[in-house]
Amino acid sequence: MAEFKAQTPCAGLLPVTVGDLRLTEVVPGRMTSLAPYRGRVAALSEVMQAAHGVAWPEPGRITGQAAARALWFGREMALLIGPDSDESLAAHAALTDQTDAWAVVHLEGRQAAEVLARLCPLDLREAVFAPGHTARTDVAHMAGSVSRLGPQTWQIMVFRSMATTLVHEVEIAMARVAARQNSLM
Amino acid sequence: MRLGCPICGERDRREFYYQGAALARPEGEAWAPEWDDYIHNRDNPAGVTRDLWQHEQGCGSWLIVARNTVTHEVLGVALATEAGA
Amino acid sequence: MRIEGKGLIDRTRPVSFHFDGHSYKGFAGDTLASALLANGVRMVARSFKYHRPRGVMTAGSEEPNALVTVGRGAAQEPNLRATTVEMHEGLWAQSQNRWPTLGLDLLAVNDLAAPFLGAGFYYKTFMWPRAFWERVYEPLIRRAAGLGALSGEAAEDRYERAYAHCDVLVIGAGPAGLMAARAAAEAGADVILAEEDTRLGGRLLAESEEVDGLAGVDWVDEIAAELAAMPNVRIMTRMAVTGVYDGGTYGALERLAPGVAQRPHAPKGCFWRIVARRAVLAAGALERAIAFPNNDRPGVMMAGAVRAYANRWGVAPGQSTVVFGNNDSAHRTVADLQAAGVHVAALIDARPYARSDLDVPFYPGAQVCGTSGRRGLEAVTLATARGEDRIAADCLAISGGWNPTVHLACHMGARPTWDAARQAFLPPENAVPGMRVAGAAAGAFSTRACLESGLVAGAAVAVDLGFRAPDLAAPRGAEASYDIFPLWQVPGKGRAWLDFQNDVTVKDVVQAAAENFRSVEHMKRYTTQGMAPDQGKNSNVAALAVLADATGQGIAETGTTTFRPPYVPVPIAALGAGGKGKGFAPERRTTSHAESIARGAPMIEAGLWYRPSYFPQKGESHWRQSCDREVAMVRGSVGICDVSTLGKIDVQGPDAARFLDFVYTNMFSTLKVGRVRYGLMLREDGHVMDDGTCARMGETHFVMTTTTAAAGQVMRHLEFVSQVLRPEWDVRIVSVTEQWAQFAVAGPQARAVLNGMLEAPIDDAAFPYMACGEVRIGGVAARLFRISFSGEHAYEIAVPARYGAALFGALVKHAEEMGGGAYGLEALNVLRIEKGFITHAEIHGRVTAFDIGMQGMMSAKKDFIGKAAATRPGLMDPERERMVGLKPVGAVKELLAGAHIFDEHAEAVSDNDQGYVTSACFSPTLGHVTGIGFLRRGPERMGERVRVVDHLRKSETVCEVTPLVVFDPEGGRLRG
Repeated sequence: MAEFKAQTPCAGLLPVTVGDLRLTEVVPGRMTSLAPYRGRVAALSEVMQAAHGVAWPEPGRITGQAAARALWFGREMALLIGPDSDESLAAHAALTDQTDAWAVVHLEGRQAAEVLARLCPLDLREAVFAPGHTARTDVAHMAGSVSRLGPQTWQIMVFRSMATTLVHEVEIAMARVAARQNSLM
Repeated sequence: MRLGCPICGERDRREFYYQGAALARPEGEAWAPEWDDYIHNRDNPAGVTRDLWQHEQGCGSWLIVARNTVTHEVLGVALATEAGA
Repeated sequence: MRIEGKGLIDRTRPVSFHFDGHSYKGFAGDTLASALLANGVRMVARSFKYHRPRGVMTAGSEEPNALVTVGRGAAQEPNLRATTVEMHEGLWAQSQNRWPTLGLDLLAVNDLAAPFLGAGFYYKTFMWPRAFWERVYEPLIRRAAGLGALSGEAAEDRYERAYAHCDVLVIGAGPAGLMAARAAAEAGADVILAEEDTRLGGRLLAESEEVDGLAGVDWVDEIAAELAAMPNVRIMTRMAVTGVYDGGTYGALERLAPGVAQRPHAPKGCFWRIVARRAVLAAGALERAIAFPNNDRPGVMMAGAVRAYANRWGVAPGQSTVVFGNNDSAHRTVADLQAAGVHVAALIDARPYARSDLDVPFYPGAQVCGTSGRRGLEAVTLATARGEDRIAADCLAISGGWNPTVHLACHMGARPTWDAARQAFLPPENAVPGMRVAGAAAGAFSTRACLESGLVAGAAVAVDLGFRAPDLAAPRGAEASYDIFPLWQVPGKGRAWLDFQNDVTVKDVVQAAAENFRSVEHMKRYTTQGMAPDQGKNSNVAALAVLADATGQGIAETGTTTFRPPYVPVPIAALGAGGKGKGFAPERRTTSHAESIARGAPMIEAGLWYRPSYFPQKGESHWRQSCDREVAMVRGSVGICDVSTLGKIDVQGPDAARFLDFVYTNMFSTLKVGRVRYGLMLREDGHVMDDGTCARMGETHFVMTTTTAAAGQVMRHLEFVSQVLRPEWDVRIVSVTEQWAQFAVAGPQARAVLNGMLEAPIDDAAFPYMACGEVRIGGVAARLFRISFSGEHAYEIAVPARYGAALFGALVKHAEEMGGGAYGLEALNVLRIEKGFITHAEIHGRVTAFDIGMQGMMSAKKDFIGKAAATRPGLMDPERERMVGLKPVGAVKELLAGAHIFDEHAEAVSDNDQGYVTSACFSPTLGHVTGIGFLRRGPERMGERVRVVDHLRKSETVCEVTPLVVFDPEGGRLRG
């Protein structure tokens, strides 16, 4: 039979631009959750370095660059984003494919943090939440992940099934923030 | 209300799930009075309580939170894996 | 009327507005109140109970009288204080609580009945007959007494919510707040400066004072510019901090400027949750009135408000003003009015020792003891040692002293303390962790003291946080000592108002005390003093002073009522912002959502998920037709159903098997790789938590499924067991619900459909009932499980979610080619009821394994969660309500879930209750209605006839008790 066609979580919903705020969907290759077995964090970090060039992230931190990132993803868990996870990792951690489990969007713009302040209870001040920081948190009543990739660039993740709600909520917040700023909106 | 998650730092209470009193679970397969205490009997103190919470919308850790029900002061938050219940 | 050349309004920007249908002119920078006063509109409201004419009394959010309704239609907002409504072009406002008009209010007859309407009147009068309360009395009272009304239309969702974080929150931007913000910011702290008003400055905007040699307003502009230029300062005007909560969390209501709020997509307001490590409360003080007979006529105002109208808005509230007070505020008002060229008819100072150099008729030691005038003040009567005197005046400015705005300092339960020297309640010390109180809120009543205490507080909180002390000196401000002569009420004939908003008089409070409502909390509830929008901001202290006098207790002993949030009224729409419609809860959609909609399937909510109810075909006009067809289709050929909503949890690690043994009642460590087993989970109290299948994908890798309803609960439970009960076990738990799109392929043709699509076909030998394994389909690696929730030969196939839509489409297409197709939740439910499979309709939290006939699944060979509790005799009692099948056998063939079961000839009352129905449907397979229920000693009563009654829906039927599984009880079909 014919090969199945893939569909992204936010297909047909994004991108959205309001003023200088922009919301886009990101399809980040493979995403694998790494849950190290007891006492194996150091060993896992070593094989991660060897295989993917990224270290195990401390809580709330991101390691690596766009091609291969390790995103802290909760208690004793990280998300390897980009490459297929190397088999050598399996000796040290439970590996679970999560590529399709999450809707991933990027929010960019001068007022991006103001938009997020309407969606999640995190302290987003740059001195507290700098580029390279990440958090698991509540995003408009959804269990989410929020990461600061750059001063004005944020990554938001929620469960794939909630992509429509995520886009809806972020869009409203974008419109509200932009309307406060600019009378031409 | 805010709780200081040992992993994530101080967070809004919306991220947390409240379970109830943190008690040591009796072991053994037969019913005994300790089970009643574990499942049903609670002290409801005006003062310090030791409760189980989960940072459900955050890192997922189960936490032992000591707080004062009179002053609302949070006296300490520890990982359940380390503090035990 | 306007005073030429005065005020901070922008005279280059005139605006027109409407009040009660009349058009008026105002200026940008006006409030509705200042503009009405400028236009000579004195009567702006009718009072709550007696419908007395009332006018603007204050110049801030404490206003008790001038409540108006602003806007029209869905945007209509009642009970806004005219003193805080920002003027803008086209503003549309109406007075309230009058009928038909403000001038001719027929309900003013209430005022004539006043002798009967005092405190406790309702409680005593409308007692009998009892049934009249709801139908007659209450509607009448609500019509006669009250505030503004809602439009009745659905409100626009124009509010938003947001979070903010800072090191130091400064509440109030008067001289103290400005200095506190400046000091904390200079030290390096991140500061949020929240000001309720439209601009910074506080009382400095209302007074004619100098700071550091500059006019007060100019000094404010200077420091405001400095603060605005600091990157670590966030100035938020129009922002009323409304409540203090645990952990340094503050609630605040922001109202956007009308010009911003009118833009498309702009919010009207925002409810902020501010998290601050430290706070400085610099909320100022509120002037209080003095109770004397007929002190409520339009034209009677607070002395400080009269100054504010003159200095800030360039408005003289009257042409001839009498000023009455017991402190120097009265004198300042006279001076400011005279400087503005407004005539002052008299200065009456209750202090016998008072002196004045002002060029005004001066009456030390005198008191105002009455007023006259029909719709507004016309004359003031004063009592002096020589007797009574009458002075013509259309404005009476009063000052009974100042009450520090201690509210926020008391929100965490502490009570303020009485200070006899200042005759005022001061904020309790350290009542809110991390908060300091500064300025007038702390009892510093001179500008100089405010500036200094603000600086000290701002520096102190910053140093507390580890910042270095700022190198700042307080600017020079006016020094003034505060001298006050206690005066709460002036005796005399006629009613003397304490609480203008709730029409509570001195007599009411005295009566409450006489009827033994002596506690201030009881007095409040008996008289309603201090309730409603203003929460007694300008009446509480005077009322409790009168109560103290009546009971003979001191003011300190009488104390205040509890201070609770919010400080100013917060619209529910603001608290619940974003929670309407789609914002109410997240929507979870499966990958087949679009295709299901395209096929016309009505969606039904299952928790947060949206699932198709059924897939209507041409000619079907009722859901039962579609459902019956879909059931027959599954039984006869093959059906496809999206089951992705079931929870899927990867359990991995060296201890995964023993972990599952511990959380399930039955054994999983013995499960072979490549096989699936049904499992039952109990709560620790021995009742059923959830059920589902669990597949062993590898030696240390299991995939557990949960019900849709309990997916979150089970995940939390597994984490609990792993982290709290068995932290020493090495097991890793990850939800994969969202990673996999999973579809049931059920029916005799299920394997044929799959084999038409799989890259390598399967057969019964390689893939028997309860097998699982990896397969490939459509170029994609998939997981296949041979499990059945329909009793048919069935599979569930899972692919990564990106391929879900493609797989669903292909499966349905292949099924249709074989006479099958998609089926929805209704058919799924019928199929499982026919087979006696349970859902959370059955395992609803109060049932045990024994009740559902699964006691055999409780392994004797191992410990498991809930084992000890499940063995309690009461949970295995044969008398318990236990699960059975039900089949209507009488004339009525209807069976409703929720109906209760009785012995056939017993009366249908709760004493005779024998059980209840949990699930019911028409079974097209069996050709009759069938159901599942719980019945006392159920399994022992097969064949018995029972009476099934639903009192709510007026349904009654006679049923026969049947075995649970009525279709294919041997299960041959699912193995076939």
